[in-house]
Amino acid sequence: MHITVNEEKCCGAGQCVLLAPDVFDQRDEDGIVVLLTPRVPAGQEAAVHEAVAVCPAAAIEVRA
Amino acid sequence: MPQSSPTALSWPAERTAGCPFDPPPAVTGLLTTVPVQRVALWDGTAWLVTRHADQVALLRDSRVSADTSHPGYPALSAGSRAMRAHSRSFIAMDDPEHADRRRVYTADFTVKRTRGLAPRVQSLIDDLLDAMERKGPPADLVADFALPLPSLVICELLGVPYTDHDFFQRASAVIIDTRSTPEEALEASRRLIDYLGDLIEHKVDHPGDDLLSRVAAEQFATGLSTREQCADEARLLLIAGHETTANMIALGTCAFLQHPEQLAAVRDGSPERVEGAVEEMLRYLTVAHMGRRRVALEDIEIGGVRIAAGDGIIFANDAANRDPEVFEHPERLDIDRSARRHMAFGSGPHQCLGQNLARVELQLAYPALFRRFPGLRLDRPLDEIPFRTAMAVYGVHELPVSW
Ligand code: HEM
Ligand code: SF4
Repeated sequence: MHITVNEEKCCGAGQCVLLAPDVFDQRDEDGIVVLLTPRVPAGQEAAVHEAVAVCPAAAIEVRA
Repeated sequence: MPQSSPTALSWPAERTAGCPFDPPPAVTGLLTTVPVQRVALWDGTAWLVTRHADQVALLRDSRVSADTSHPGYPALSAGSRAMRAHSRSFIAMDDPEHADRRRVYTADFTVKRTRGLAPRVQSLIDDLLDAMERKGPPADLVADFALPLPSLVICELLGVPYTDHDFFQRASAVIIDTRSTPEEALEASRRLIDYLGDLIEHKVDHPGDDLLSRVAAEQFATGLSTREQCADEARLLLIAGHETTANMIALGTCAFLQHPEQLAAVRDGSPERVEGAVEEMLRYLTVAHMGRRRVALEDIEIGGVRIAAGDGIIFANDAANRDPEVFEHPERLDIDRSARRHMAFGSGPHQCLGQNLARVELQLAYPALFRRFPGLRLDRPLDEIPFRTAMAVYGVHELPVSW
């Protein structure tokens, strides 16, 4: 699975970081999402899908 | 605003005499009957959206606006209409302007930054509990713990002297009380903005290690933002940051006391279990209970109805948090369920900026309180507790407790 994030849409709520801290972080300067890896680490599929669902800005996408 | 067909319900809907933690049954009932329903407001009508899926979809939709100066915007009272029309802060703007302003503040509320505040929050909690213990029972949990904690935290973060808390807590209370007249609400807001404007100007020459000093230097002194704009945003951070968290602490404690096994699990449980419990309490209580309010900028088809451009829309986030499509047995408090999809912080680009700060406070406050006072109990029967039905933030006016 391949992850993309949209920095324009991101509102820095940090929900993704709470759910999958190995995949998502927030920039120190403005709290906007940083993708730590574009590939979903093994065992993190459910957490990443949950992040897609709870991201308030619909800023995360996952493709097969 | 929609005018033609009769309305079945007025908004804000009245809570019934039943369970004080449940949203009005007339509202949750709509989840399975008329998920998009016309409701009466004090000065017109609006659409009430109850289902979780519809709320998430529309709150993320750019055809839906948070602009409070739009004539179709559904204000909850004359006071809030008057105030909202004057507000310049980003809670009342749409992207891209909203994002530009919100991003001035997001750095201070990241997961990393807010978790870094945990030791300081813990020591504020310990001090308040020490004072309660010294004074001995009975205590009012609101005045002695629930309200001072978030007030102290947000004051330190912003760099607002806590010694002025009487003034700004009173002003905030007037602003969020739906019974305030337009004059009272505007006057309270005006005084807060003047106070914060003076403070920001002062911080240009006397900076501290706080958020408002950074804003004074980076935004105000550089001319990127006006005094009025900085002060208005500071007012938003100050108000949004304490009533909500305070009521989660007090009302949450009241709810835990009705579920002693779950209280014990929070008292003795792992940090992970406490994290889950806090999400569940946020879902179960939905203290921001008067709905997210928006106005349609274009015609929108949803749930079998056509919302016309200019119509007001209210998203009943308390109903979404009781949607059986998302939460099994939604009426049950269950700290071990996955409540992560709750709408207690709203959804869309306006989702609560301070949510991770609130999480840190709640995750530390409940266990610390329950550990300090294992015999904590209500000093009055539940039906004699004064609940905050008329306030924009639900909760308790006071919570008399002993231990
Ligand atoms: C448990 C405590 C809290 C609850 C339940 C809560 C709830 C909410 C909700 C529902 C919204 C969305 C408003 C909308 O969509 O119209 C919101 C927005 C906001 N909250 Fe919170 N909040 C809490 C704590 C805090 C704290 C501690 C702060 C700290 C400053 C804060 C600052 C804000 C701000 C600035 C916004 C506006 C965001 C925007 O428009 O982009 N909140 N909050
Ligand atoms: S959850 Fe969405 S909006 Fe929040 S930080 Fe992550 S990408 Fe940004």
